[in-house]
Amino acid sequence: MNMEFFIDPNRCIGCQSCVAACSECDTHRGTSMIHLQYVDRPISVQTVPVVCMHCDSPTCAEVCPADAIKRTDDGVVQTARKPRCIACNNCVLACPFGVPKMQVEYSLMMKCDMCYDRTSVGSKPMCASVCPSGALYFGTREEIEQLRPRSEPINTFQFGRQTITTKVHMMVPRDRGVQHVDVLSAMDEQPVDDVFEDIE
Amino acid sequence: MKNPDQLSVPPDGRPYHDQPQWRNDFPIDWPQDEFVARRDFTKFLVLTSFAFVAGQLWIVVENFARKRRGKPPVRRIARADAIPVGGSLVFNYPEPHDSCIVVRTGPQQYFAYNQKCTHLSCAVVPDLARGRLHCPCHNGSFELATGVPLAGPPRRPLERITLEIRNGDLYATGREVRA
Repeated sequence: MNMEFFIDPNRCIGCQSCVAACSECDTHRGTSMIHLQYVDRPISVQTVPVVCMHCDSPTCAEVCPADAIKRTDDGVVQTARKPRCIACNNCVLACPFGVPKMQVEYSLMMKCDMCYDRTSVGSKPMCASVCPSGALYFGTREEIEQLRPRSEPINTFQFGRQTITTKVHMMVPRDRGVQHVDVLSAMDEQPVDDVFEDIE
Repeated sequence: MKNPDQLSVPPDGRPYHDQPQWRNDFPIDWPQDEFVARRDFTKFLVLTSFAFVAGQLWIVVENFARKRRGKPPVRRIARADAIPVGGSLVFNYPEPHDSCIVVRTGPQQYFAYNQKCTHLSCAVVPDLARGRLHCPCHNGSFELATGVPLAGPPRRPLERITLEIRNGDLYATGREVRA
């Protein structure tokens, strides 16, 4: 059975269940690898769970000067190897999805490894097993098509001139194609002065 | 030719044989990374050599300690006159269970041996009439003056205990293991 990971951010309710479950995973017990982030906190409470997308060409591994980040033959990018990681933060800065976490106390980059101890034997990752709204889903493609008839899984992203293909899928409305993320636009963003202006 | 272990796609999408050498030297894919890396090998060499050095040092220290430990104790057996000429006395030396025998053959002549027969460890008894130590188990005989085997199954000499007389006391001062 070909199980795949699907992220459906607009179903996220920000309950932190995945964060709590992640820190129960035996490959990194006590430390959560999920970033549960607000999209734009001043104007919305919408959250989005950020787990590793497991790129076909992992940028984190590309930039690693210590040859520490490896990808298993089933396409899962692992936490940096402890004997090699030099805690240089290159991967943290390079990842287009902002996934790697520098654990300063261990001098080690740790990241979501899709609960490798579980998924490699056919179980669901911890986060997908607890998510109450289905924002994180682990299952076959047929199941997700049945569950989300109006959405389509994509796994190709465009960051500037970098095209990224990933193992993990993102659910988007149908017929949207490759999402282009203008990474430089954030530099021109102006701070919001008064978001409650209209409410008065 | 595509290597089945090369799963990751390089960022420019070109095949691996068009890629620079470093990309093959530092693979991202786990199966390719399984070979022993240079630094692992170097670490192994350094640690192994260190283990050998430590072992040699340990042997030196152990030898030194053994030399100091090995000095046999000096132990008083009895007063020298307590054994009559032609008489014998069993004593323990150097450990409480190492039974030895001292035989006085003349006014100033004492011979002491470990009682263990070198054949099957029976206790030897003096046979002064023939100038021998006799092992009753299998009729083994040792020369009293030297401890060398004379007859019977034993082939090796008895372990001799060196003696010393100090102020009329008989002391055992060491033992002589002979092949």
